[in-house]
Amino acid sequence: MYLLEVRDLTKHFGGIRAIEEVRFRVKEGSIMSIIGPNGAGKTTLFNCLTGITRPTKGAISFFDREITRLGRDSIVKLGVARTFQNIRLFKEMTVIENVMVSQHCRTQSGFLSAIIRSSSFRNEEKTIREKALEYLELVGLEAYSDTIAGSLPYGSQKRLEIARAIATEPRLILLDEPTAGMNPQETGEMMGLIKKLQELGKTIILIEHDMKVVMGISENIVVLDHGVKIAEGTPSEIKSNSMVIEAYLGKEH
Amino acid sequence: MFTQQLINGLTLGGVYALIALGYTMVYGILELINFAHGEIYMLGAYLGIIFLGFFTAIGLTSYSLPLALILTFVLSVIFCSAYGFTIERIAYRPLRNAPRLSPLISAIGVSIFLQNYVMLTQGATDKIFPNLFEKAGMEFIGARVTYTQIFIMAASAVLMLSLNLFITKTRMGKAMRAVAQDKVMASLVGININTVISATFIIGSGLAAVAGLMVAAYYGLVNYSIGYIAGIKAFTAAVLGGIGSIPGAMFGGILLGLIESFSAAYISSEYKDAYAFIILIIILFIKPSGLFGKTQEEKV
Amino acid sequence: MKKAPIHRFADSPIHRFTHSPIFIALWLALLFLPFKGLEAAGVLFIVLFAAVSLLRVFKNYAGKIKGLLSSLKKFISGRIRIKLPESKTRSIALTLLMSVVVMALPFYGHDYLIDIAVLSGIYIILAQGLNIVVGFTGLLNLGFVAFYAIGAYSYALLNTKLGIGFWASLPLSVMLVTLSGFILAIPALRLKGDYLAIVTLGFGEIVRLVLNNWDSFTKGPNGIGGIEPPHIFGMQISRLGQFYYFIIIFVLLAVFIIRRVAASRIGRAWIAIREDEIASSSIGINTTAYKLYSFAFGAFWAGLAGVLFAAKMQFVSPESFTFMESVLILCMVILGGLGSIPGVILGAIILVMLPEMLREVQLYRMLALGSGLVMLMIFRPQGLMGGKGVSFRS
Repeated sequence: MYLLEVRDLTKHFGGIRAIEEVRFRVKEGSIMSIIGPNGAGKTTLFNCLTGITRPTKGAISFFDREITRLGRDSIVKLGVARTFQNIRLFKEMTVIENVMVSQHCRTQSGFLSAIIRSSSFRNEEKTIREKALEYLELVGLEAYSDTIAGSLPYGSQKRLEIARAIATEPRLILLDEPTAGMNPQETGEMMGLIKKLQELGKTIILIEHDMKVVMGISENIVVLDHGVKIAEGTPSEIKSNSMVIEAYLGKEH
Repeated sequence: MFTQQLINGLTLGGVYALIALGYTMVYGILELINFAHGEIYMLGAYLGIIFLGFFTAIGLTSYSLPLALILTFVLSVIFCSAYGFTIERIAYRPLRNAPRLSPLISAIGVSIFLQNYVMLTQGATDKIFPNLFEKAGMEFIGARVTYTQIFIMAASAVLMLSLNLFITKTRMGKAMRAVAQDKVMASLVGININTVISATFIIGSGLAAVAGLMVAAYYGLVNYSIGYIAGIKAFTAAVLGGIGSIPGAMFGGILLGLIESFSAAYISSEYKDAYAFIILIIILFIKPSGLFGKTQEEKV
Repeated sequence: MKKAPIHRFADSPIHRFTHSPIFIALWLALLFLPFKGLEAAGVLFIVLFAAVSLLRVFKNYAGKIKGLLSSLKKFISGRIRIKLPESKTRSIALTLLMSVVVMALPFYGHDYLIDIAVLSGIYIILAQGLNIVVGFTGLLNLGFVAFYAIGAYSYALLNTKLGIGFWASLPLSVMLVTLSGFILAIPALRLKGDYLAIVTLGFGEIVRLVLNNWDSFTKGPNGIGGIEPPHIFGMQISRLGQFYYFIIIFVLLAVFIIRRVAASRIGRAWIAIREDEIASSSIGINTTAYKLYSFAFGAFWAGLAGVLFAAKMQFVSPESFTFMESVLILCMVILGGLGSIPGVILGAIILVMLPEMLREVQLYRMLALGSGLVMLMIFRPQGLMGGKGVSFRS
C-alpha cells in the first residue's frame, strides 16, 4: 500500500522550471530522503505537497485521495505535517503553547463553550495540555515547556518544530533539513528521533544534505537535479549511481 | 461638458500623479506607506502662500512678478524637501529594523503632528492664495482652459518625464532601483543605503511640494486638512498603477483624476471623495498588485 | 541601546558638526521659520539647543546615573526593612482597593469625573475589540470606527424611526455590526498587511461619507437626536451615576468574555496567525476562517460600544466617527501594549483622561499625540504592558 503518490508533478515560476514531471511513491511506515544540489527544487516539492504552492501540472494523492488542489489546513487534517528549512515557530508563544496550538485541527471547541467553560471544553483543554507534554517529552523538551519559543537554542527549536508537527497527528511527516547546522552529537540525536517517529508508525520524507543521515536511515532515496528526478533507489543503489555522482561532483570526476 | 471634464480630470490627475510618485518611491524602497506624505503636499501649498506673501510685503512682487514666483517655487520645494529629509531621519530611520507596524504608526503620528503644527502656526481657517493670473484662459473645443490648468498639466508632464530620466539614466537613479530590489545586495556592491533613502525622500517631497503649490494656485484656497484626503487619493493612485512602479503611479494618478472628475459630473458630486476609496477597494480585490505591478509568490 | 552603525565619516568634522546640538537646533528652527516668523524661530532655537544639549549630557552620564540609582536603592533597602506581604496577598489587596475606588466613584467623584469615566468605559470596550484584531491576530484595521458608527447609528435609527427600545435594539444592532464585519472581511482578508490597512481605512471613510450625505435617512451632518436611554425594570438609566454602573457591567462582561476566548484554542489560533501565517496554516489552522472570526468578533464589541455611546449621548452625528477616532482607538491599543488586555484598559483610560487633564494646553494635545506616537514607536514599541511572550493563559 502506498501512502503517497506523486505523478508528473511540475511547477514553473515564470520561466523557471522549479520541478519538472517528478513522480515517486512512498510506502506507509517508510523513511524516504530527497536529496540533490541546492536549487534542485526540493523545498518547492515540499511546498506543493503541503498546499503552500500550487503545482503547474501533475497530481498528488495521499491515501488514495487527490490532495493536489486542497487548502493547506485540509491537507494537514488528512494527515500530512511538515517542518521548515528556516525554522518557523510561533516565537512569542511558550514552548507548550506552540504544541498546544498545533492540536488545533484535532479539537473543536467553539466560542460558546470557551466562554461558558463547559465540561467538554475543560476536558478538551486538559487533553490538549497532557498530549502537548507527551509530545514534548518525545522530543526531549519537557523541561522547557514554559520557555518562550523564540529564546530556545537553535537545535531545540528544530526539535520543537518536530513536536509541533507530531501534534497535528499526521501519518506523513515532511522534514526539511532536520539536521542542518547541527553538530555531530545533535545530528545523532536527531537521527534517533526520526527513527523513533518511524517506530510510532509515522511515514517520513526528509530533505537532507548530510549523507551520513541519508544513508543511515532512509530506505528509499529520490535524487533531484534542476527539478528533474535523476535517480531513485536504496542507499546502496544511489551510492553507485553514476548520474548522481555527476550531478554532485560535476562531469570531470 | 465632456471636454471640460476631460481637462479638469487631467489637471487633477497631474496633481495626484505627482503626489503618488512620492508614495510609490518610498514604498518601493522601504515598503512603508508614508502617511505623512500628504502633509508634505499641504506644507508645499502653505509655503507657497507664505513666501509669496513675504515677497509681496517686501515689494518684490510688484518689482518683478516672475522673479517672485520663481523664488517662491524654489524656496517651497527646498523647504519641503528638507521637511521630507528630516522626517525620515527622526521618525523612520530609527525604525528601519522594527516590525512592519511600527513605522506605519510612526508615520500616522508625523501626519497628525504636521497637521496640528500648521493649524497652530497658521490658524484653522482657510488661507487664500493671491489671485495673480485672474481666471485668464482660452477656449478649447467648447471648454474653458485656464492658464493655470495648462501650466499644471505641462509642469506635471515635464516633471514626470524628468523623473523617469533620472531613475533610468543617472547613477543615483540606478542606485535607487537597486536598493528597491534588494537592500542587502545593494549595500554589498557599495551603495550607501542611507543616502539613497534620503534622496528618495528629498525627491518625493519636492514633487509633492510642486503639487501643493499648483493646487494652491488652482483652487486659490488651502487648509491644514487638505493633506490627508489628497494623500489617501494619491496613495490610491499609486496602488491603482501598482505600488512601487513609477510609470504606474503616473498612469494611476491621471486615471484617478479622470474617474473622479467624470463621476462627479455624471453621477453625483456629493460622494466625490468616496469614489477614490471605492475604486481602491475594487482594484485591490480584482488585482491586488495593481495595473502595472507584479504578483509575488509567497516566500517560504 | 542599539549600537550606532559604523559610518565611514563618523569621525569627520562635517559629521560631528551636523550632529552637534547647535546644528540640529538651527536646522529645525530654520524649518519652523516660515510658519511663525523670526522671533518664534529664535525662541525655538534656544529651547531646542538647550534640550538637545541636555539630552546629550544625560546620555553621556546615563550609565553613571543608573549605577548611582541602583546603589542608592541598595543603600535604602539595606537600611530600611519594610515587611512587604507576599505577592499574592498583595495583588489581592490591590485588586480589592482598586475595585472599591472604581465602584465608589459616583459617591465621591464630581459629575465631570463620572462623565469621563463613562466615556473611558465605552473606549475600553472599543479598544478591547480592536485589540482582538490588531493585538491578537496582527491585522491592522484603520477603519475600526466604521463598526462603532454602524452600531451607534443602528440603535439611533431603530429607536427614533421604529420606536424599538434599547434591549431589543442591542442584539439587532450588534448582530448587524458583526455581519458587516464579516462582509468587509470576506474580500479584505485576501489582502496582506498594508493593503488591508488601507482597505479598512477606505471602508471607514465610505461609511462616514454615507452617514454624512444620506440626508433623508441619517439626517446628514445634523445627526440624530432624541435617542432613548436604556431602561432596567421600568427604571430609566439616564442619571450619570446610574449610567456609570451600567457601563461597568458591560466593560466587565467584555473583559470576561474576551479573556476566555483568548485563552481557548480560538485565541491560540489567532496569536499563531499573528506570529506566522504560513506556519499556522501548516499546522492545520484555517487562517482565512480565523481571521474572519477575529474581524467579526472585534466588530461585535465595536458595535456594542456604539450602541452604548448612542444611548449615553442620546445623539449621534458623523463627526464622532472620523479617521482620527480610528487612530485614537489604535493608539489606546498600542500604548497599552498589543495583545495585553489589562494594558489596553490602561491605554484607553490614559488617552481619555489625559486630554481632559490637559485642558489648559488643549490646543497642543493633538501635537503631543502625534509626537507621542512617534516617540512610543522609537522608545517603547511594545507599549506600557505589552512585551515578549504576550499570549494567553487562563
